[in-house]
Amino acid sequence: MGIIEIRDLSLTLNGVQILKNVSLDIWDGHIHALVGTNGAGKSTLASTIMGLEGYREVTGDILFRGENINTLSIDERARKGITFGWQEPARFEGVSIFDFVSAGISSGKQDDKETITKDALIQLGLQPEEYLYRSVDQTLSGGERKKIELASIIAMDPPFIMLDEPDSGIDVGTLEKMNEVIKKLKRNGTTILLITHSLAVLRQADHAFLMCDGQIIEKAAASKIIPYFEKNCIPCSHKNMPNKVGAL
Amino acid sequence: MNSDESIKKSLSRASGITQDIFANKDVAHLFIHHDKVVSLQGVPGLIIEPREIPDGIDLQIRLKKNTVVANPVHMCFGLMHKEGIQRINMDITIEDRSSIQVLAHCTFPIAEKIQHLMNATINIGKHASYSYIERHIHGESGGITVVPKATIHLQDHARYKTDFELLKGRVGRIDIDYETFCGPYSVLEMNAKVNATHTDIVHIKEKGHLNGEHAHGVLLSRVAVRDDATAEVYSELTASAAYARGHVDCKEIVQDNGVVSAVPIVKVNHPKAHITHEASLGSVDSKQLQTLMARGLDEEKATDLIIQGLLR
Repeated sequence: MGIIEIRDLSLTLNGVQILKNVSLDIWDGHIHALVGTNGAGKSTLASTIMGLEGYREVTGDILFRGENINTLSIDERARKGITFGWQEPARFEGVSIFDFVSAGISSGKQDDKETITKDALIQLGLQPEEYLYRSVDQTLSGGERKKIELASIIAMDPPFIMLDEPDSGIDVGTLEKMNEVIKKLKRNGTTILLITHSLAVLRQADHAFLMCDGQIIEKAAASKIIPYFEKNCIPCSHKNMPNKVGAL
Repeated sequence: MNSDESIKKSLSRASGITQDIFANKDVAHLFIHHDKVVSLQGVPGLIIEPREIPDGIDLQIRLKKNTVVANPVHMCFGLMHKEGIQRINMDITIEDRSSIQVLAHCTFPIAEKIQHLMNATINIGKHASYSYIERHIHGESGGITVVPKATIHLQDHARYKTDFELLKGRVGRIDIDYETFCGPYSVLEMNAKVNATHTDIVHIKEKGHLNGEHAHGVLLSRVAVRDDATAEVYSELTASAAYARGHVDCKEIVQDNGVVSAVPIVKVNHPKAHITHEASLGSVDSKQLQTLMARGLDEEKATDLIIQGLLR
């Protein structure tokens, strides 16, 4: 049984069917990638799993550890152990990095809040004394903001994490730091779903789901999906119009 | 302990002012309760002359030329009663090349039917700097009306910064009206932060006239409105000289049955002047809210954190 099971999931937005009978299993403790070109439906699928606004009117089932979570709100899903890191994280005028990063720490760990928050920042190469009381606002660079997003997820310590385009807008050094953190999370037993069209990110994954036009057209080891995606999807002239199901 | 001492202690406790400022001869302070001066201490170069009038105080403040006051001056205007009127008429002169920071504590912790009326005329001399931070502490009944009015003149290279905060307790009714005239190379910064709940009523009217070349000005307001509260923010910035630069920035968050309106007016009367404005009104930003909810905060806690940040 997967930590997440998706069964025949479909979503229609403004009369357009975005997700088409998606089914997949995400296995506990593994790194998965949801890969596809722009507009394939990757971020939409992750948004339905998180239950974001506008992505809740689905047909089919989303199961977390065997329990149907379709009707749960975002925060209820989060408290069960699901979270999501945005491609372009929101900025919060006046909210300190300490308050933001520590927001998701569970009630049972409140006594260690400061230590957990500092440790999460250090893992991303951010010095607490420099960052802790700055605001999560426009004064942070895009890369810094992405690191703080991931730090808040580390501090929350959920069993299942979705990261949408984790490499977008960041430099090579920051990407290496993020990759290290992702590997460490896996070693600690966290299940990760990377939403990406980047080969550098895809290479971090154990397994991959290839998406095209709102459908999962292949599920396999990442090592098998990578060459197919690189050869066929990246240069594809008919993006999101798959001419066959079963790519490999 | 005499009654002045007792009131001074009560006011400072309610205002969150530590007692050690009274023992420090390098820290000037002025404590006014209703229409009575209960404590006053000056520092060299700073002349504070209060005159008691019915229901209030006429206050002359003069900072002599070339005087830099190192420590913030604490002023406390308050009423430890449930009812009453307090009028503060201030005439402030900051002479050339002098500098001062004032922390004003307006403290009405048990107000049920109180009016706090302030009229100020402020003149800031050449190359002088005046910073005025006004923090209000109100009770929970909402029975208070606060009407601060000020006219400020900045000479060339003068700097004026004001931060108005009404974040603790009920607003009641507030009607701010500030107008500033800015000379060449002067810098104006007016910030107002108000947290309105229940049936509170907020009116903020700020005007800045960037009349001198290279004058710079920013008008910033942050208002959170919940329950049945209402807020109107009128921000007007005019640039009438070469290289005058300004920005108007208004953000208002509305919850429940609250109603807000913002009127940013920017006027440019010179081809080499430039003013920008930004206004955002409405509910809490959806992406911010969902980000915090995705970390497990329920909607109410997430909203509180966002609003606390906005008003910080």
